[in-house]
Amino acid sequence: MKVSVDLDTCDGNGVCMSICHEVFEVQEDGLHLLQAEPPDELRRALLGAEVSCPTQAIKVTH
Amino acid sequence: MSTDRQLKHVVVVGAGVAGTRAAEALREDGYDGALTIVGAERQAPYHRPPLSKKLLTGKVHRAGVDLAPQFDLNARVLRGASANKLDLSSRTVHFRDENRDLSEQFDGLVIASGAAPREWPGGPVPDGVLMLRTVEDCLTIRERLSSRPRVVVVGGGFIGAEVAASCRSMGLDVVIIEKAASPLLAALGKELAPRWAELHRQHGVDLRLGVGVEAFVGNGKIEAVRLTDGSQVPADVAIIGLGVTPATDWLEGSGLRLEDGVVCDATGAAEGTTDVVAAGDVARWWHPLYERHLRTEHWDDARRQGAAAARTLLAGPDRAEAFDGVPYFWSDQYDVKVQMIGTPSDYDAIEIIEGDPDGWEFVAAYGRDSRTIAVLGTIPNRVHAYRDAISKRAEFPPRQPD
Repeated sequence: MKVSVDLDTCDGNGVCMSICHEVFEVQEDGLHLLQAEPPDELRRALLGAEVSCPTQAIKVTH
Repeated sequence: MSTDRQLKHVVVVGAGVAGTRAAEALREDGYDGALTIVGAERQAPYHRPPLSKKLLTGKVHRAGVDLAPQFDLNARVLRGASANKLDLSSRTVHFRDENRDLSEQFDGLVIASGAAPREWPGGPVPDGVLMLRTVEDCLTIRERLSSRPRVVVVGGGFIGAEVAASCRSMGLDVVIIEKAASPLLAALGKELAPRWAELHRQHGVDLRLGVGVEAFVGNGKIEAVRLTDGSQVPADVAIIGLGVTPATDWLEGSGLRLEDGVVCDATGAAEGTTDVVAAGDVARWWHPLYERHLRTEHWDDARRQGAAAARTLLAGPDRAEAFDGVPYFWSDQYDVKVQMIGTPSDYDAIEIIEGDPDGWEFVAAYGRDSRTIAVLGTIPNRVHAYRDAISKRAEFPPRQPD
């Protein structure tokens, strides 16, 4: 799975971080992707983060 | 995950974030029975946070706030259908769709009917007095803002404060009228709320504090707002943000315990029931950490409660687990994002624990009985580092995490 984030859209609300901290970390300078190609066991959390992002900034592709 | 009890038909009342997440979680956790979602709005589900911010200013469009489920929910979805009665003995929800009276029997019910904005209590108002709750409200207000009106915001809670900031960012003249001594007083407390008052002043908002609205003046269309001190503020648009009340009208007489929301145990089950759960703005859950019933109006809490309520329904009363997630919200005003985890109700101590409020980069902790109960921050996402301190009731003030 691949994850990408549109940093222009991201508002840094940290919702993704609370759902999948293994992949998303929001710091003062914005969102950091800790892994760009996370393992399949994170699938459910990643999809949760994708749909829960209030600015639709996260895209998960398979 | 297999389900612990066999449900055949779950009805979800409400298609906001709590209801949508509940429906998703039911399917994720293996529920394969019938699923009906009853939503009062005609619009497809959407993210509510941008309504007072980027959708209002036009930075994003309607499609940019869609709340699409992660997968096909295989559900029957009724839009524009308002629940109007719950009969627990026959396990039936009654609702009205356009002009038809309909009903659905269930063996599991998720109450996620949300909250309704408080209307102006003084009776009929002239045209131009508006409220913001739904996406349609937002688009109506946005349309009005395009003619560059003078805006009066009644109520300095988060919705009012965010709407004011959005309007100022569009260069409109804005007056906030707030009965209390500061906007955001109830949410942030008397020590910090005045800083947000100052923030609005610095951005050119005319703040009228400690004064209420006497009447909306105008013959057909609003011309001014008359205040309780006798003064009059010219207005082309007034936006009322007087808070919300949980949408429980349809539950009156059902036998459910209603006290400013559906009173639930720590698993989200409506008190005294085993097959009814509630989540989001409408629900007042027992919070094990705070040892009290809490009803939050936070989008992120609604999302998490929706999922937890679904799990409770599937697990059944004997195996349901308490949900003790720490409340979380954020608010964007101008270039300041404030975030808070925990809830500061009845705090008896407050301290700046990082940074400097004068530079708008700081973290503050709220304490009660020497324990940390909430942390507020304007350093992006720094508050999340304090989640453990709150969930473990750390001594106040909390130690600075790495």
